[in-house]
Amino acid sequence: MFDKILDFAPEIPIAEWTTDFTDWLTSTFSFLFTPIKEHFGNFMEFTSDLLMKVPPIFIILIVALIFFFITGKRIGLAIFSIVGLWLIYNQGYWDHLISTFTLVLIASLLSVIIGVPIGILMSKSRIAEAIIQPILDFMQTMPAFVYLIPAVAFFGIGMVPGVFASLIFATPPTVRFTNLGIRQVSEELVEASEAFGSTGSQKLFKVELPMAKDTIMAGINQTVMLALSMVVIASMIGAPGLGREVLSALQRAQVGTGFVAGIGIVILAIIIDRVTQNMNSKKEG
Amino acid sequence: MSLIEVKNLSKIFGRNANQATKFLDEGLTKQEILKKTGNTVGVNRATFTVEEGEIFVIMGLSGSGKSTLVRLINRLIEPTEGNILIAGEDLSKMDKKKLRQTRREKLGMVFQRFALFPHRTILENAEFGLEIQNVPKEEREKKATEALEMVGLGGYLNQKPSQLSGGMQQRVGLARALANDPEVLLMDEAFSALDPLIRKEMQDELIDLQSSMKKTILFITHDLDEALRLGDRIALMRDGSIVQVGTPEEILVNPANDYVEKFVEDVDRAKILTAQNVMKRPETINIDRHGPRVALERMREEGLSSILVVDGKRQLKGYVMAEDAYEATQKETRDLHQILKTDIQKVSKDTPMNEIFNIIYDSPIPIAVVDNDRLEGILVRGAVIAGLAGDGEVNLQNV
Repeated sequence: MFDKILDFAPEIPIAEWTTDFTDWLTSTFSFLFTPIKEHFGNFMEFTSDLLMKVPPIFIILIVALIFFFITGKRIGLAIFSIVGLWLIYNQGYWDHLISTFTLVLIASLLSVIIGVPIGILMSKSRIAEAIIQPILDFMQTMPAFVYLIPAVAFFGIGMVPGVFASLIFATPPTVRFTNLGIRQVSEELVEASEAFGSTGSQKLFKVELPMAKDTIMAGINQTVMLALSMVVIASMIGAPGLGREVLSALQRAQVGTGFVAGIGIVILAIIIDRVTQNMNSKKEG
Repeated sequence: MSLIEVKNLSKIFGRNANQATKFLDEGLTKQEILKKTGNTVGVNRATFTVEEGEIFVIMGLSGSGKSTLVRLINRLIEPTEGNILIAGEDLSKMDKKKLRQTRREKLGMVFQRFALFPHRTILENAEFGLEIQNVPKEEREKKATEALEMVGLGGYLNQKPSQLSGGMQQRVGLARALANDPEVLLMDEAFSALDPLIRKEMQDELIDLQSSMKKTILFITHDLDEALRLGDRIALMRDGSIVQVGTPEEILVNPANDYVEKFVEDVDRAKILTAQNVMKRPETINIDRHGPRVALERMREEGLSSILVVDGKRQLKGYVMAEDAYEATQKETRDLHQILKTDIQKVSKDTPMNEIFNIIYDSPIPIAVVDNDRLEGILVRGAVIAGLAGDGEVNLQNV
């Protein structure tokens, strides 16, 4: 009898509404989505083609040199990157690596370009924070696969929907950390900049952002790592790269291939992570 | 005209400040208003003026509203009501742009925990105020370097703040405020975070600097000794209200109420009181009109063993001892000059008491207090000690 109490209303058609809404978006904004898909898709392919044309040995050396200098002329990570990248080359995954890297790079750049200003807005306005905070929570907790569905609806399959899905998934840390970093700037420093007659933007660029830089960089590091993790998932909608190799290995139950492609992702992850982390601490010193 | 005029300045924190303002007008206390409306009274109708070139100290314990008050003056905190006039211009009515202009040109601020920008070098920190006014790089570097040299940090231009000690960091804070050449310096507990020795050094330096710069300084502190050392005038705050404004002496000697009295109880009075606060009216004889016999008679009447001698213009000539006066009367001498002793100890009337101790200890006869050799009073041991004890023997008529 108690069970009936909850049945006072018929099932709410949230799924249908969402479908309808997505359909409506797709048809209404196709004038926007189609050119984005084409031009942006072309741009990304162009970028990855360009990187693929560079002889692998150059890229390996450049990465090693970058490590050598940002770690304060220590050779540990430089040697790791040479060995790791050579291993990927040796296993025949070089082109996949470049595709994955392009995807991560572009998705992260877009996340930062979008995320930092939103974070600044959040830190400046309590109302904005109250609105954006739950949206960020939603974006991060919703299973990442779900974003693939509208991504396909908007942009078809390939790299562009992959970037779109990882944008949604990977932007929140940058926004959060930017907000946090600016709010953490000591009250007295903010007062000092105001007491000398700073305008709002002077305060932001001369005091708040430089002071929040380390925190923001930590957020960006998170964003890049999330973008990388999304790349594997995005392979389900046709994004090329190492992720696709993992996926196909899974579908064919090829343990060995899956492991090798997985190792490739791990190596890339470590390299990207160490580079972004060291960029942070280096400027600190 | 006063450079800064603050009229009925109030700050009430929290919502519905209007209602709390009404209660304030009805004379309710801070605690009652908090209970009734939930609003905190930060500053309660503060009214005072600061003269040009003066160091005006606002003193109070933590929570008395002094830091709020100084932030109301440059509107880092928006006043609930009241006016702030600086050189006749009302800050409380300015729009953002005008306010920014005023902060840039007229108001410098020094902070308790220095508030230096850690990502900038010492020079860049000192340049900050000029940089945001878009002063060309060369000019602002020159001015900032000058300001840093003035506070003795000319050799540290390219260091980061974290490489300097606390005292040096606050010098940078001071230089940063001075680089703009503002008319008014707001110093919010500027030396409170420093250890006592460095604090004293900084106080001395501020006094030195002030004697050449002649800025108008509003200095906030919770330390009465500091207030007394620096202040030309002091305002005492309690619960957001100003309870007394006066010179250090007025506050020490004539506390307006129990609160002030309690406050000044612990002060080392020896550092503050001067000879004129504890001197007695002297017994004298006139060298031109009186002889040894009069001198002897006066000493007998007053029970003294010596008496001071002045001329018609009250210029101090010396003193005579009772024995000498007696001998002179036996010898029928009429002239005081023959027995006049001139080895008298003199102090000027603004000599601090702690300097008087050493003199009075070694001196068998009273010490004369003079103002350009004109006799003002005498110091006797008993009165000096009573003055130190603060039991009301002190007088202010001569101040």
